[in-house]
This record gives sequence, C-alpha cells and structure tokens, in this order.
Amino acid sequence: MTNGQNERREMTGAEMVVQALKDNGVKHVFGYPGGAVLPIYDEIFQQDEVEHILVRHEQGAGHAAEGYARSTGKAGVLLVTSGPGATNAVTPLQDALMDSIPLVCLTGQVPTSLIGSDAFQECDTVGITRPCTKHNWLVKDVNDLAATIHEAFHVATTGRPGPVVVDIPKDVQFAKGIYVPPQTAPRTSYQPKVQGDLEKVKAAVELMAGAKKPIIYSGGGVINSGPEASHLLRELVDLTGFPITSTLMGLGAYPASGKNWVGMLGMHGTYEANMAMHDCDVMICIGARFDDRITGRLNAFSPNSKKIHIDIDPSSINKNVHADIGILGDVGRVLEDLVRLWRATAKTDKKALYPWWEQIAKWRARDSLAYKMNSDVIMPQYAIQRLYALTKDMDTYITTEVGQHQMWAAQHYHFDKPNRWMTSGGLGTMGYGLPAALGVQIAHPDALVIDIAGDASVQMTMQEMSSAVQYEAPIKIFILNNQYMGMVRQWQQLLHGNRLSHSYTEAMPDFVKLAEAYGGHGIRCDKPDELDDAIREMISVKKPVLFDCRVATLANCFPMIPSGKAHNEMLLPDEATDEAVANAIDAKGRELV
Amino acid sequence: MNAQLQPTGSAYFIAKETEKPESHTLSVLVDNEPGVLARVIGLFSGRGYNIESLTVSETEHEKHLSRITIVTRGTPHVMEQIKHQLERIVPVHRVVDLTVRSHELGQERPLERELALVKVAGTGDARVEALRLADAFRASVIDANTEHFIFEITGKGSKLDQFIAIMKPLGLVEICRTGVAAMNRGPQGM
Ligand SMILES: Cc1ncc(C[n+]2csc(CCOP(=O)(O)OP(=O)(O)O)c2C)c(N)n1
Ligand SMILES: [Mg+2]
Repeated sequence: MTNGQNERREMTGAEMVVQALKDNGVKHVFGYPGGAVLPIYDEIFQQDEVEHILVRHEQGAGHAAEGYARSTGKAGVLLVTSGPGATNAVTPLQDALMDSIPLVCLTGQVPTSLIGSDAFQECDTVGITRPCTKHNWLVKDVNDLAATIHEAFHVATTGRPGPVVVDIPKDVQFAKGIYVPPQTAPRTSYQPKVQGDLEKVKAAVELMAGAKKPIIYSGGGVINSGPEASHLLRELVDLTGFPITSTLMGLGAYPASGKNWVGMLGMHGTYEANMAMHDCDVMICIGARFDDRITGRLNAFSPNSKKIHIDIDPSSINKNVHADIGILGDVGRVLEDLVRLWRATAKTDKKALYPWWEQIAKWRARDSLAYKMNSDVIMPQYAIQRLYALTKDMDTYITTEVGQHQMWAAQHYHFDKPNRWMTSGGLGTMGYGLPAALGVQIAHPDALVIDIAGDASVQMTMQEMSSAVQYEAPIKIFILNNQYMGMVRQWQQLLHGNRLSHSYTEAMPDFVKLAEAYGGHGIRCDKPDELDDAIREMISVKKPVLFDCRVATLANCFPMIPSGKAHNEMLLPDEATDEAVANAIDAKGRELV
Repeated sequence: MNAQLQPTGSAYFIAKETEKPESHTLSVLVDNEPGVLARVIGLFSGRGYNIESLTVSETEHEKHLSRITIVTRGTPHVMEQIKHQLERIVPVHRVVDLTVRSHELGQERPLERELALVKVAGTGDARVEALRLADAFRASVIDANTEHFIFEITGKGSKLDQFIAIMKPLGLVEICRTGVAAMNRGPQGM
C-alpha cells in the first residue's frame, strides 16, 4: 500500500505515526488525548484522511476498536496517552487477546530520558501489557518507529489475530527521522503456518467419509479467517450433509436458517447441539478451542468420538482435548483443501446419516429453548424474538454486554452472515457492547446497530453515549432490564442457597432521562403487547437510543450445563424446578466458575 | 477411547493428573531484544509452569540471537503445551525439547553442563581436606589466600550438588551457579 511520495522521507515521529496509519489503510482511530500523545494529536488535527473518534474513556476506545475490527475484518486502532490512558486500555486488550481480535494500540510514553524515574503519568506500559498482547514494542529511536508500526499491523492481523501495543515516548514523537513505507519482508521469527498438511487433510476426509454420527463444531476462527472461510464452511456442510453447531464466537459463519444447523453448543447451547457433541462418532472442530464453556466436564466430553481439529494456533491443538487428527493452518486454506478433496474422493451417502438425523430430531423435539410466555410481563426471550423478527430483514449488526441477556441473544437472535455478531466471549467483559456498537456504527454508518444490553453491564461504559451523540452514530441500546445482575443471581440460586448477595441494583437510573441527558432518545416498555411498536420506534429514530425494556426480573437462562457436568447432563427449562435448580451443582462443581 | 487430557490453561477443571511429570531441558533461540526474557519468564509464571533452571546469553552477535536454556518439569502433554506456547512468542525463532530429541537419537538425555563458583573458608585440616576433595572433583582454584579458596567446578548438576554437599562441613561460605547449558550430542545443530 505504498505510494511513491512516502518513500523514505524525513519527518517527525508524530508525522510518521499518521503516515504509517494511512499506509496501513486506516480510516478511523478511536482515542483520547493527553500530554504524552499531544504531538500525534497535532498531526491528526492537520489532515483529514484518518478520522479520529473521541471517546469518553479509553476502555471505550478499545471496545469500539474491537467492534470495528470484528465487523470489518480489518484491524481496529486506538490511540491513548501514557499512564492512566494506557492502563485504561488494558481490559479491551485482554478482551481482544482472548477473542483473537486484531487491535493496534498506540500509547504515548514519557520522554525516554525520564523512563524509570516515576515521572508524571509514567507507567511500565510494555510491562503491564506484555501478557495481554500478542506482542508489544517500546520505540526508543525515531528511525525504528515507522517499521515498528508496520510490523505491529502485520502481527495483529496475520496468523491468529490479536492485540498489539506500540509505546511511543514523547521525545520520539518530536524527533526527526527517516520514514520507511510498509515492507513485505516480515521478521524471520514470525511466520505463521497457513497451509495445512495435505496428508492430514486426506486422513480427515477419510475419517469423515466413514462417519455415521458426525458433527461439525465451528468457532470464531472461521470468522477471523474471512468471508471466504464461511463460504467454504457452508459448502462443506452442503456437500457432506453433516449437522453443524457453533460456539458463541462463531455464530453466523454457517447461517442459522441453514437446514443443517443444530444451534449453538456449550453451557447455554441447545440440547440437540450438546447431545450431538456427546454422542457423535466423528467431531470436526474448525477454528474453535475446546474452551471450558464448550466442553463441560472434560473427562466426560464426547467420550466415543474421533476428533479432527483445524486451527491456526499450534498451542490450541491438544491443549484441552486430544485431537486424533490435528491440522495446523488457516481455517480458510484448510477448508479449501478439505472441500476439494471431499469432492474428488469421498462419496456422500446422505442416506447413511438418516438415523443420526432422526436421533437429532428427537433431541430437537425437546425444544430446549422453550420458555413460559406471559401476557402481563415481557419475558426476556420474547423481547429478543420480537427484536429479531422486526430487524432480521434489515442490515443489522448485534453487539452484547455480558450476562443472561447475552446468552438469550445468542439463543434467540439468529445470524445468517458472519461479522454481524460482536460479543465478549473469552473474557466476558461487561461494558463491551455499547462502545463496540459505536465502533461498528462508525464502520457501517447506514446499518442498524443494536447492543443487546443488561441493566448492570450497560452502566459500565454508559459514558460512550456521549461519543455516539457527538458522531451522530444512531446506535440502539436495547436493555433487557431485569433489575438484577441476572447471571450472578442465577448462579447464586444454583450454588448459594438463593442468597442474593449484592446482585440486585437498588438504585437504577432512569434510562429514559439518561438518554435525554446525553442528547439521545429514551424509550421505556413494560407490556408485551406494546413491545413491537416500541421496537419500531427505536428503529425509526435516527439518534442513539436507550431502550429500557422492563422484563421479568427472575427469569433464568436455560438450558444449562451446570459446572462440573457433562453435555448429556443438561438442565432443561421444563425440568428446572426450584428444587432441581438448587441441587443442580454438587460440592465439587461449586469450586468451578 | 479416553481422549481427555489435563487442561493447563484453565483453573476450572481440576482433574486428576494421570501422566507422570518429568524433567525436560528446552533450548529456545530468540531475537536478542529488550523484554524477550521477560516474555519467556512471564509465560512460565502466567501459565503455571515451573522453571528449575534458566540460562541465557547472546550466542550469535551479528544476528542478534540469544539462546535460552530452560529446565522445567511437566507431563508429556504439558511439555507439548509449553513448547507451542513458547513458539507463539513473536521474537522466538525455534524451540527444541532437547530431552525428547535425545530420546529420538537413542540417548538417555542431552549433554548438560553447569558451572559453579564455590567459596570455602577455613584453616588447618579442613582446609587441606577441601583442597584434596576439590582435586578429586577436578575443581580448580581460581582465588585463594591463607584463609579461603574459591573453586570453579564444571559438570552435571548432580556432580555440583555433591561437591557442594561435601564442602558444607569444610567451611562453605557461598555458592554461585550458572544454571544448565545444554545441547544434543551428534553433528546436527538444534
Ligand atoms: C467487568 C465485569 N465484572 C463482573 C463480571 C461478572 N458478571 C458476569 S454477568 C454479571 C451480571 C450482568 O448483569 P446484567 O448486565 O444486568 O445482565 P443480566 O445477566 O441481568 O442479563 C456479572 C456481574 C463481568 N462479567 N464483567
Ligand atoms: Mg440485569
């Protein structure tokens, strides 16, 4: 992406930063100024190719950049000052690390001569962010700056994507040096393997061809690999006729309306998905990592299956679960080979899968996502179903906070495309969804961007409503307000004798007034029969909206695999009496999270 | 088929360990740049792996390469994880489990050597005995006056342990050990 005029010019470090952003195709930066980044802000002021989005808290910048990245497939960029600016960015960095989101975080630092002197707003940024980044750099020489930023983009976006930090002392921003354009020769110690071993792919095809009870289990890696990977995944499913489930992070890679879809798996996944995982004879894990929310009790996880695991990260293969065939490579590339080899060598015998599909139909008939409707009170599941019904035909992107509402969103909002679903999976960060929605909206100004929120989570980063108003980003914050930290309350009911220690919010703000105070639009609804109109109003308002959707306060999120239990020991909604809930987890399971 | 393994990255499933932990020696070739050792050490502490010995020094100045030798303990599965986790670190070029490699070469273990400086103070019989034993261990005297010796001794860790134990009653003052340097036998590099 070089253009001739940038070839090796002399410029200041601050100029280099902006030039490097342009040369790496950056259009938007989320940030917050401060003493240690003022030279860079001065450069930003003097150009208009890179647009800076001013947030209200650096955590907001990070999550906005994550939403931007997840919804576009490009790196998200944030710019923060030294000390508190950098430490405020730590949560989104760790969040991006766990969900493999490409972020480039530029931090200001005190001048090199003051490093180590406990100077004002000094912190050991590379030390603090070392464990929560894929890699980080402290740039002490202006002549290394451009190359370092280019490398930062390369590392963040290739291999298993992740967050990186470039820490830039203030004197380096003022110093003059030679700018070098992005280079194609990356460092020799960093060369992710993208092409899978063909022999192993062959072995996988063979194993799959002989399967009687197969299941495809796909994850966020398919989305990270790009739209082509999702396309190939669909092709593979069509070719093989296999059932497919997905993790929370992978929703949308295979369409929820597809006929082989059995729903999300894991702790709050569908009964049919988890039972199929448990009883399958061949499991094909594509770009997922056998996380503990997925496997349930490990020593009872899918006991009779052979497992194929495709992943770009060698440390993911054989980490939690033994892979009979582990294929290291980019999911998209491996799927390409897999599809090609399947076409060439395997004969699809869809009839042989009939008994398996029949069994799955029986599990599906348990209707594990069912809930009791209520005509006086809005059930949270109903709210999501209505939201889905009224927005599914639009250009919609969904983000979430963390809690019950997040799981209900995953269960009842259905995704037919990748990159439409932004949620904090690995870290489970409350406060993610609102700023993430801002980031998505900045990337897709004309889309309908909705944060399905919880009343507690949304208060953690509420200040970004102000940013949304400033940038006329009409994000819709759809709060399932149950007055509780519902997920915490549910666990207290499950594990702690229903003693609801500090999970009730005594002093809830008036979200409608709050919306108005920010210059947005507030809506409140507490009647099921008024919900549709209220949602339509939310969609039609061209402003940021806080929608206070008052839902049943004590609803629990089912189905659920209680901690320490196996896939075939799910707690189903129709069996979840108070007694069953109170006794669902035994003493051993209590230690688990 | 029982396909389950002990997860290392998660505190959530505290399952019983079935494989036996064993000592392994790893060689890690890294770019010699600021923070690289912190990355390696941080990985071990952050993921709960232990370090029994750590040695690091630049080995190829022109290429800015350093070689880190780590002795650690773990089950075969944990060792595989440690290796892959190390490989993920951007400035890491190569990771070789010398112990596994030596088994592949039909050997019991890689070549491992450690150096120690051992200061012993005393007079009379103890002093004579210390010098006699040092000789038997092929330790050399690198500093001395009438009241003390500093011995330099090189060898396997167990030999150093033994030498130090013997010196204890003879006026042992202080010890400094380098940690293990190791490579595999035979003509091939790592
Ligand atoms: C930053 C942070 N702190 C604490 C938690 C633990 N936690 C998980 S869910 C939850 C409650 C969320 O409540 P709310 O946003 O109202 O969602 P609900 O479960 O009621 O839908 C809490 C406190 C967390 N995930 N993140
Ligand atoms: Mg709540």
